[in-house]
Amino acid sequence: MMFQAPDISYLALLPLLIVFGGGLVGVAVEGFAGRSMRYPVQMPLTVLTLLAALAAVIFVAPNHRGLTAAGAVAVDGPALLLQGLVLALSTIGVLVMSERLGGSAPDAFTHAGVSVPGSAEEALATKVGATTTEVYPLTLFGVGGMMLFPMANDLIVMFIALEILSLPLYVMCGLARRRRLLSQEASLKYFLLGAFSSAFFLFGASFVYGYAGSMRFDEIAASISSEVGMDGLLLPGLLLLATGLLFKVGAVPFHAWVPDVYQGAPTPVTGFMAAVTKVAAFGALLRVFYVAGESARLDWQPVLAGVAAVTMVVGAVMSVGQNDVKRILAYSSIAHAGFILVGFLALDSAGVSGTMFYLAAYGFMTIPAFAIVTLVRSSGSEATQVAQWAGLAKTNPWIAAGFSFLLLAFTGIPLTSGFTGKFAVFSAAIANNGAWLAVVGVLASAVTAYVYFRLIVTMYFGEHTGEAVAVQASSLTTFAVAIGLLVTLGLGVMPSPMLELAQQASQFIR
Amino acid sequence: MSGVPWLSILVLIPLLGGVLVALLPRGFAKVREVALGVSLLTLVAGVVTALQFQAGGSQQFQLTETYTWIPQFGVSYAVGVDGIALAMILLGVVLVPICLLAAWDDVATGSGRRQHGYFALMLVLEALMIGVFAATDVFLFYVFFEAMLIPVYFLIGSFGGPGRAKAATTFLIYSLFGGLIMLVAVIAVYLQGPGGADGFLVERLTGLEFGTWVERLLFLGFFIAFAIKAPMWPVHTWLPHAASEARPATSVLLVGVLDKVGTFGMIRFCLQLFPDASRWAAPAVMALAVLSILIGAALAIGQRDMMRLIAYTSISHFGFIVLGIFAVTTVSTTGSTLYMVNHGFTTAALFLIAAMFIARRGSRDIMDFGGWQRVTPVIAGSLLVAGLSGLALPGLNSFVSEFMVIIGTYQRYPVYAVVGAFGVILAALYILLWYQKVATGPKPEDYASTPDMTRREKAVVAPLIAAFLFLGFYPKPALDMLEPAVGTTLQYVGVSDPAPSADAAEGSEG
Repeated sequence: MMFQAPDISYLALLPLLIVFGGGLVGVAVEGFAGRSMRYPVQMPLTVLTLLAALAAVIFVAPNHRGLTAAGAVAVDGPALLLQGLVLALSTIGVLVMSERLGGSAPDAFTHAGVSVPGSAEEALATKVGATTTEVYPLTLFGVGGMMLFPMANDLIVMFIALEILSLPLYVMCGLARRRRLLSQEASLKYFLLGAFSSAFFLFGASFVYGYAGSMRFDEIAASISSEVGMDGLLLPGLLLLATGLLFKVGAVPFHAWVPDVYQGAPTPVTGFMAAVTKVAAFGALLRVFYVAGESARLDWQPVLAGVAAVTMVVGAVMSVGQNDVKRILAYSSIAHAGFILVGFLALDSAGVSGTMFYLAAYGFMTIPAFAIVTLVRSSGSEATQVAQWAGLAKTNPWIAAGFSFLLLAFTGIPLTSGFTGKFAVFSAAIANNGAWLAVVGVLASAVTAYVYFRLIVTMYFGEHTGEAVAVQASSLTTFAVAIGLLVTLGLGVMPSPMLELAQQASQFIR
Repeated sequence: MSGVPWLSILVLIPLLGGVLVALLPRGFAKVREVALGVSLLTLVAGVVTALQFQAGGSQQFQLTETYTWIPQFGVSYAVGVDGIALAMILLGVVLVPICLLAAWDDVATGSGRRQHGYFALMLVLEALMIGVFAATDVFLFYVFFEAMLIPVYFLIGSFGGPGRAKAATTFLIYSLFGGLIMLVAVIAVYLQGPGGADGFLVERLTGLEFGTWVERLLFLGFFIAFAIKAPMWPVHTWLPHAASEARPATSVLLVGVLDKVGTFGMIRFCLQLFPDASRWAAPAVMALAVLSILIGAALAIGQRDMMRLIAYTSISHFGFIVLGIFAVTTVSTTGSTLYMVNHGFTTAALFLIAAMFIARRGSRDIMDFGGWQRVTPVIAGSLLVAGLSGLALPGLNSFVSEFMVIIGTYQRYPVYAVVGAFGVILAALYILLWYQKVATGPKPEDYASTPDMTRREKAVVAPLIAAFLFLGFYPKPALDMLEPAVGTTLQYVGVSDPAPSADAAEGSEG
């Protein structure tokens, strides 16, 4: 039999090609450009690549919907919307990463990632002003993986996308300039657990392959409805796949890495990771379970409903005892993963659009929230202890007001995107026999409200100790934060256009 | 739809005024004058609005405006008033200028922007308060209901007494908890209804057929939120904290107007949307109401802190209001709505006059006073008048309403009425004992030269006492406005008054 090269619609994949191409150019720049030239070249290169890819997602790819690459990749509404979201969020994420605070290199990243923390090597690198901007191509490769993840219509492609998005993130987590040991610990932890979860995913893929005889989602779906008689393999397979994906979104009981990694990673990377990885991983989760596993819903839905409930409760309850802002946001991210899962479990188009809306809302509040964390400093490094934020409203009213607004959005107060998102996922759930999940969800929200409002209390009603003040941000961070705040307000006050978009984009190609 | 959108104008004036006040330049000397001007303008607009209203019109709501807001969720921006809503709005627009005047010296001029913030928050609160009573879309109501918490939270937390942070957080968590439970019910009632792009309108959701337990659970979802708001025993414990730590003007708006959202919501949503469940729950609710009356009164007798004392008297009075609402007779429910108005004025007077004592003596403890009628006879006299209104002396406002509640309740539930009537006796105790300890006795020589009521304070108290007398001797205009609205609601509940019901309302006048 002759090998038939499959048709590939390159225009449908154009956004992906732009991002990977930009990443490769970035690697070349890293190798050939002089030390002082790297930042001025890399930063605009990355932002422009992302914007060009976003333009391609909006203007080119929608005209080439359908399955391509022998059915391994699907270009449909959810894929395009989530890709657009990944790119938009990455753009503001990159702006936050690029904050130099008056120095010559991005402030959050180490001068020499390879050196041992505190070693002479590191000191030398700092002294000679070594500039490593490897974070830019790494980001682009990660973004490329995240864009492929929700469009993968084949377990192997999905696994490849999972690895492409994960490997750069593992490295980026270890690049913090300050508290390097914590950062490297985060990186190692994330890597080990991530590798472990990838193995689960692969194991699940092999089970499903054993059941269906195919890696493609449409064929898996077809074999579920035609009862091929290997039923014992299907559910374990699907649940093992879910394990790999739930690890990435940080759902309980696969959440143990989240607080440590979020705390240790450079803060702009944390924001990027929290927002964008979630978008990609939920996109993949949606596709696996809506396209491939939908017919077997009665088997897996109760299990995942349990996961959603536990995730909300654990995320909310564990955040109560935290006294580090980054860890609070980490547990909050776990709780939000639970809320999104509630929408995901509705298993109808309202569930898809609600999930995607929530992802957009959450992404645009998380990146600015972490960006603000990077600005609040005490003697040069980030002041992440809650106590250090006391009285911040007196010295930096705008920062405190912005952060408080984001916290209101996290809580889900009306007229913020957080409320609209919660409304969307809870109403999808209640319409599909998930009222009990919605009740658990609102109770968890009440608990998280306590945590967020404790932060507001600290900032507004606490006595200023003079310890932490916000530094003057450059226009990059300011712009990113402003965009995030505007979107958070806009999706709260006038959510119709985005809801409309999400509803139109809620049909998967099968 | 009438030509001029009066209700929207009424919301917009204080909202834009609040923003304006917040943005006034830092050293601006006339912040308070601007704020007062805005509130007076709102008052004028409120009166003009009221003149457009025709008591006993054929539609349930008048001055309606309906615009599509979020069609994907079935949400409209829909406002309109019936007699009850209009009465509450008028109460609000009358009390706000009085409160601003009373709050004149709460925050010193020239302390940065603190004064700007204080007055801006009050105006924003006024806007939300008008909105919450005017909303005829359940979702819009919910948005105002939750959004209202934020200005109150900051008013208590930023400007209150030493325990403000805890009081503000307690208030917020209680309210949010109830609100979030209600959110589930809000979503579920929409899904039970006809749906569509305007499916959240109250008129669309009135008269639905539910399953028995579905209706009961939905009723409970709404009722719990309103009971916390009202507040009823046993979920009242946030109120004494909040009322004693907040500034007196904030307490007035909180207890006098905002808490009425609870009892208003019981009439508008619990009775109207869930009539069968309301009848099912009535005995239990009324039992709680009677307990609130007695326990609130007993705790008030035992209080030494004046502000807490007033808070407990309010819990007792809210018991009467709820008792009258759930007795569902024309007389009792009309009495309750009138009580809502009267209690607003009475509590305002009690809080503000008590605050005058507290400001002069520097203590909230009743035991620190004694003989003050010899030092500040006008303040002491006003306190007595306000107190007599609180204990429902014939000729003053509260008498009419309390009498109507008890008479109306007796028609259907004699036992509740008789037990509840003991609250009247307890009221005499807590008011007169308080007055006795504060005002009578030997002249306090240390404070002999304390100034009596100032001109500004007289301007605060005079309109309140005028309102007592007017509503006490001539409640007809108010009753004419309220009674048709109550009649409409009772039709929805589907109960007729037990015979004899003729002209009971007339008989109770004066």
